[in-house]
Amino acid sequence: MAQDRPTASELLSAIADFLREEATPALDKAEPRLAFQMRVAVNSLAILEREARLGPAADAAERARLAKLLGRDGTLEDLNRELARQLRAGTRDESDAALMAHLDATIADKIAIANPKWR
Amino acid sequence: MTVHTLTEAENVAAVLARVAGRHFGGVAAIEKLSRESGGASRQTWSFDAVVDGARHGLILRRDPPILGAPRTKAETDRSVSIDRGTEFRVLRAAFLAGVRAPEVLFELAPDDGLGEGFVMRRIGGTAIARKLLRDPPYDQARKKIAGQLGEILARLHAVPAAGLPPLTRREAADHIAGQRRALDLLDRPQPVFELALSWLDRRKPAPTAEPVLVHGDYRTGNYLADEMGVTAILDWEGAHLGDPLEDLGWLCVKSWRFGAVDKPAGGFGSREELWAAYEQAGGIKVDAARAHWWEVFGTVRWGIICHNQAWRHLSGALKSMELASIGRRAVETEVDLLQLLKSGV
Repeated sequence: MAQDRPTASELLSAIADFLREEATPALDKAEPRLAFQMRVAVNSLAILEREARLGPAADAAERARLAKLLGRDGTLEDLNRELARQLRAGTRDESDAALMAHLDATIADKIAIANPKWR
Repeated sequence: MTVHTLTEAENVAAVLARVAGRHFGGVAAIEKLSRESGGASRQTWSFDAVVDGARHGLILRRDPPILGAPRTKAETDRSVSIDRGTEFRVLRAAFLAGVRAPEVLFELAPDDGLGEGFVMRRIGGTAIARKLLRDPPYDQARKKIAGQLGEILARLHAVPAAGLPPLTRREAADHIAGQRRALDLLDRPQPVFELALSWLDRRKPAPTAEPVLVHGDYRTGNYLADEMGVTAILDWEGAHLGDPLEDLGWLCVKSWRFGAVDKPAGGFGSREELWAAYEQAGGIKVDAARAHWWEVFGTVRWGIICHNQAWRHLSGALKSMELASIGRRAVETEVDLLQLLKSGV
């Protein structure tokens, strides 16, 4: 059964907003070292919020692409293990356009969660 | 009866008074002792020693004694680090050869009880990239830093081998093998890093005919600078012998630009500016393809360091939210690697 609202994403946003706007300014005055740690924590909460919102679809799309690329099915972990093995063995390389399209899409989804401002 | 247990700082101060007195030949008072950044294992302390009215601004670098802690796989990234005694001798050789490096004074003895470490003179300036890149006092310095880093690096690579302690030689192939081992220990499939390592393996440069002293962590964040520019190169734990272009490539890794992405030389200038200063100061002629190879390698290396940092937390070796969060930065280097492999120099 689905949980009630707030959704995971909404609740994480609410926590991050509170810590950023109310707790951090207070810590800046009282405990600068802890204020720095708090910023790290707020940043991590923002990652989790994006992951709760975007992660499931990104994982499903990655798994579907991998199954097509490798011509077999399996868990996301299994399929990535097989791809990593082929890449180390050199049986696939950057000249493979389907491979590169897959990696581009996968990393675009990952960075959109971990750090969308990265360029 | 109350038992007074010395705090870590009180203990460090007491020992420093004794060893500074021994070095300077007098009674030393320790003032303004404070712990700088760094983890529990590799510590940096700043202090003044006042001996016969003369004030010496000093830095202690030390690894506290380890109490039977088992070595974990999380520490594999540490295995490429030299010990404090070796670091002391590398720093002394570099300083004597005219490299802008801190002047080391003396080492701790085993029965001083502070672990392995040494004391060096404190140098002015900040290592904080954000300040150097954006704050007004550094407006003039910003124009000079890329060139200065090239000049200093040429001198560093020319440190005579005769003055150096024994150092591991690491060429391109050794580095690739080391990173693959690190990935195997992390035991999570990493297609982008595997692709990049295979790309690097197929294009790896031949071993250098004459290996030089390589700093190993020559980047923004690891040197001090003031209003006039670079004052000292820090963090020599990664020193080894190898290809001089390794340091030039590492300095240009995008993560060390701290947002100034259009200035590859540590966030302060172009690659060409860096290379020209390096060559002018006596460094070898820089081959662009070889430098690119080392920049790609450096990008892989930083990504895998991110995973290793997170693993230090995940393995229980050192509980730290900050370390844990670094694991999620690895993907930044995956973005950069896909761009770099396509730019195909």
